[in-house]
Amino acid sequence: MSMLDAHGRELTYGEAIKEALAEELRRDPTVFMLGEDIAEAGTTFKVLTGLVEEFGTERVLDTPISEPGITGLAVGAAMTGMRPIVDIMFGDFSGLIMDQVANQAAKIHYMSGGKLKVPLVVRTTMGAGRRSAAQHSQSLQAWYSHIPGLKVVVPSTPYDAKGLMKSAIRDDNPVVILEDKMMYKTVKGPVPAEEYTIPLGVADIKRAGTDITLVATSSMVYVALDAAKLLEEIGISAEVVDPRTLVPLDKETLIESVKKTSRAIIIDEGYEQYGVTAELASIIADSAFYYLDAPVKRMGAMNVPIPFSPALEDLTIPNAKAVFEMAKSLCNK
Amino acid sequence: MSEIDREQWLHMYQQMYKIRAFEEQVNELYQGAKMPGLAHLYIGEEAIAVGVCEALNRDDYITSTHRGHGHCLAKGASVDKMFAELLGKDAGYCHGKGGSMHIADQDTGNLGANAIVGGSSAIATGAAFASKRLGNGRVAVCFFGEGALGQGLVYESMNMAQLWKLPVIYVCENNLYNEYTHHSESTAGSMKLRAEAFGIYAVELDGQNVREVHEAAQKAVEQARNGEGPSFLLCNTYRYHGHHVGDISREYYRPKSEELLWKTERDPLKLLSGWLIENQMADAGIFEQIEGQVSGEVESAVAFALNAPFPMPEEVTKHVYA
Repeated sequence: MSMLDAHGRELTYGEAIKEALAEELRRDPTVFMLGEDIAEAGTTFKVLTGLVEEFGTERVLDTPISEPGITGLAVGAAMTGMRPIVDIMFGDFSGLIMDQVANQAAKIHYMSGGKLKVPLVVRTTMGAGRRSAAQHSQSLQAWYSHIPGLKVVVPSTPYDAKGLMKSAIRDDNPVVILEDKMMYKTVKGPVPAEEYTIPLGVADIKRAGTDITLVATSSMVYVALDAAKLLEEIGISAEVVDPRTLVPLDKETLIESVKKTSRAIIIDEGYEQYGVTAELASIIADSAFYYLDAPVKRMGAMNVPIPFSPALEDLTIPNAKAVFEMAKSLCNK
Repeated sequence: MSEIDREQWLHMYQQMYKIRAFEEQVNELYQGAKMPGLAHLYIGEEAIAVGVCEALNRDDYITSTHRGHGHCLAKGASVDKMFAELLGKDAGYCHGKGGSMHIADQDTGNLGANAIVGGSSAIATGAAFASKRLGNGRVAVCFFGEGALGQGLVYESMNMAQLWKLPVIYVCENNLYNEYTHHSESTAGSMKLRAEAFGIYAVELDGQNVREVHEAAQKAVEQARNGEGPSFLLCNTYRYHGHHVGDISREYYRPKSEELLWKTERDPLKLLSGWLIENQMADAGIFEQIEGQVSGEVESAVAFALNAPFPMPEEVTKHVYA
């Protein structure tokens, strides 16, 4: 379902996430949340405000500042009958939890020959622009996407965030959801009041077009949509494809779009080097090679630690103007 | 001393002997180039796994380590599926995909051996958390070596366990060596005080004495089931073999005289059989009988595993996702 043709009430990205969590907490007594300052404080981003009042401190559990410990505890609880949702305040803290996620959660089902399962959700944040400097601004989805056994979700709209979150919680595998912290309050969109889920592994065409495909994830969907508007003014019709989940990946939709348009730019807020964009570009180059009229291009965060100063930080992240310029040159205009 | 006691101790002797016979076969399989990879032998430490696991129910949880064969067997794993797993065979506990360091067996509450030192401390704590939340009365035992005391995760886990009074028992097997390094070169201060700093009930034990370990484990299990929270059992023990089967020349980190002393004076099997004989609860014949029976079981399990087929190629992509 495209954000453009949905109708009904509107929620912010943060509200949609909270609503998904609340519905799943109500539906399944084995679901619980744990993290630092998630109960009365409602997280540092205030995304969960009000949940502890409804569900109590047993199910919305404040923890010590022990990211590896709480993640590992959630892995153990997931293996023994619960469905934990771990809140890792900043994606930058992924380094702290990586052993528990990559060496434990991701491998336990396989190493045990299918005997044990880890129905775990790790919620964390991504995204620069908050003037939070190098240790609170990274978009590290590529780290998780590299590890077989994990599923990785990067929702861009309130509608997607809610539907994908509910599927993630019901999934029997470890799922990492990276939420763009800049979109919690600023992005608003239609979210039906009725129950729905979105399966993991289905891309969404956020804007249909014929001349060039802009594959964009999370925050970069808006950059791509803005670029598409600029391109329209000069007669270039851009299609914006949002994979929504990096693992599993809906390769088919990406490839079909590029076969139609014959040009592609991949845009992701993670570092460009060895990043998500490289993987997606390689898939397109591999599967749509004979349809391409131009090299597949990639745009990610600059390969520098995210700087603090606004004058510098803003240089590091792809913007609509830069996407517009690159698309224009690929289309020989 | 009742007949029940006698049967219990003889059963524990049998379990300890099973682990020893299993591990001796593992060493032979390695030396005969019949086993892929390496294995970390538990010989010398049998009293801890058996003393603790005999205090547990079948559905209680354990997590284990790279030196995990003893824990798995003590919790009820069968020797044939264990050998098959070590040889990478499809009939193994994990279809050959886990190997020596990753044996998991849901049917006996074994949440898996773990090849990251200290890596399962939070998992065991999480299993205890789930037990408490689900109200199923199960306890979780986390086995680890003293080397894991160098990992921060262990202390994060202990903190949460005590904070939330979780039914988890941390069993530290101090075999003196972090791989090839004596613990005095890696571990400052007191091991026991590290748990006590969190307010966790902690005891230091002779890990070679299965009766002492078992008694302490029973108390820890009872406390855990009563909602009194976690325990820390610091068990002093010794690893007869090297860090792994390939660690043959060990003089550079520990003298042969030290190894000999533990084997002759502090052997857990000899200590138990000696005590039973001394107290006229058994004679030497019964031990020979147990050993003969177990050796037969172990030998036929090895033959089973050697003859079992390898997994088919299509197994490689199975179970990446549930």
